[in-house]
Amino acid sequence: MDIQGRGVLITGASRGLGAALARVLARQGARLALVARGEKALDEVAGAIRAAGGEAHAIAADVGAKDEVYPIAGAAAALVGDVEVVVHNASDLGPVPLALLADTECEELERVLAVNVVGPFRLTKALAGPMLLRQRGLVVHVSSDAATSAYPRWGPYGASKAALDQLARVWAAELEGTGVRFFGVDPGEMDTAMHAAAMPDADRSTLARPEEVAGKLAQMIGDDAIPNGARLEAAAWGTRR
Amino acid sequence: MKPAAWPRGGARATRLLHLDPDAPPGWSFGSLRIGDLRALLREGDLLVVNDAATMPASLRGVTAAGLPVEVRLIGGGGGGGGHGEDEGEGCWRAALFGAGDWRQRTEERPPPPALRTGDVLRFDVAGASGGAGRTGSPGSRGRPLRAAIASVDARSARLVSLCFEARGAALWRALYHAGRPVQYAHTAGELALWQVQTAYAARPWAVEAPSAGLALSWELLLDLRRRGIAIARVTHAAGLSSTGDGELDARLPLAESYEVPEDTVRAVESTRRRGGRVVAVGTTAVRALEGDASSHGGRLVAGAGTTELRLGPAVRRRVVDGILTGVHDPGTSHFALLECFAPRALLLEAHAFAEEQGYLGHEFGDAILILSEQRRARSAA
Repeated sequence: MDIQGRGVLITGASRGLGAALARVLARQGARLALVARGEKALDEVAGAIRAAGGEAHAIAADVGAKDEVYPIAGAAAALVGDVEVVVHNASDLGPVPLALLADTECEELERVLAVNVVGPFRLTKALAGPMLLRQRGLVVHVSSDAATSAYPRWGPYGASKAALDQLARVWAAELEGTGVRFFGVDPGEMDTAMHAAAMPDADRSTLARPEEVAGKLAQMIGDDAIPNGARLEAAAWGTRR
Repeated sequence: MKPAAWPRGGARATRLLHLDPDAPPGWSFGSLRIGDLRALLREGDLLVVNDAATMPASLRGVTAAGLPVEVRLIGGGGGGGGHGEDEGEGCWRAALFGAGDWRQRTEERPPPPALRTGDVLRFDVAGASGGAGRTGSPGSRGRPLRAAIASVDARSARLVSLCFEARGAALWRALYHAGRPVQYAHTAGELALWQVQTAYAARPWAVEAPSAGLALSWELLLDLRRRGIAIARVTHAAGLSSTGDGELDARLPLAESYEVPEDTVRAVESTRRRGGRVVAVGTTAVRALEGDASSHGGRLVAGAGTTELRLGPAVRRRVVDGILTGVHDPGTSHFALLECFAPRALLLEAHAFAEEQGYLGHEFGDAILILSEQRRARSAA
């Protein structure tokens, strides 16, 4: 898929991988609807893209809030037209420092699931409908290796990403052959604010730069040969090709 | 007809009255369910839906003098296509209402305060939603949304054009925070925005739900596609169905924007070639298709435009063979519109039958399909 001129919605776009992906896709000519809770940071990302000649609209909203879903989808469609690519990148880590499940409040788990699972489900539901009508569209779920490995203290996050992966696979199975495609990406460990919050003592020199991963993600978005329902690892992307 | 007061739950499948205007007397209609579209439509037929999302077009505000006013946006916004004369980006046509809300019948609402060009209205963004769920939502919250009256209609003081101060993402965020879906007194409670969206809603151009599509699930639509029934889209800026002002209501619908995509023109042409039937979902899809064709000498041409076409018994259809729509009461403009699909006597008969069978009316109600079984009632030439 040539991203030039296409409407792309990215959640969690105010920082880290989301912001880096927005910059890469803007350079390729995408029309961007950027979503994040942090209005000021989001405005800065969108403003910088516009200053560089790209198109980006800042939609400050919480993807975990039920009332925000149609407002996000409606504003995005009003601003960029047909939304042809959705990148579910926003994630809630849960309270930091990360805690054992035995010490996790139920409400904390619910909040993580609301942002990382239910929010993407609702947003896909709102945006996949018009994609099905057009028989064209792509939905990308950003996952984590915490979805497949049982890392102590990553319980809410890991469980939410495992659920997200499964949701993506079932979406893909149900909509196989409709022209609307799904894939998931494990971006690997990146040098982001979220990573610093989770693991403040990590050696940052061992972490991937979000810009580097965003470049790979942009290639994946442009690659129509990725099988529907696939789950890719960013770390293996360069070497596999 | 008894109105449906609330969106249907899964338990109550939409009933479907099939009306065949070319059937022999006594065989004109049958009572079915919406899922029976699978049997009523055939391979080679084309279903055309209106993919406009429903915007939160009802805004509660105050004038500079502190008088309450409700604004119901009608069309415009500069969102795409050719809009009315003086609407640009951030500007809409709107109908004004005085105190009160949707719980009162529109015709019983007090008139709005008199407004003049240049007057400013202020809308409360934080308090308008009424839902506790929005208290945690960031962005534009707390900042007032303001609009200035750009012009007042010469014939009706409650029909205005207004321009919001904000533009772009800031405007859309504020509109979604301040606005609510337009609704009427027959509904049982405050509607949420998701309850007035079709399963394929895209750009927020409609100020009332393109409601014939509310009954269509993706289970059904994908199944129809598997059976060789094509599905295409138009986007049509469905306007208000009522303002409560008799004189203004008589002018509805006002000019409305639409867009017909290239793919849809191709789908219609290929349906024609194969002898299939073009079935519009809702009166707004008919208005877009026939409006576009009537402004291009009878030919459907891709692109955006504005149509003032009023459908009725005198209109000769160029594109659409049948319609899936709600069950409308005689005397309403929607009913008159159906007269371009079937003779009035037959429509009245069908209406009486539906009423007797307990069909429900209005946007969340039951459906009627007016479609001839014959290959094509009219010659393709």
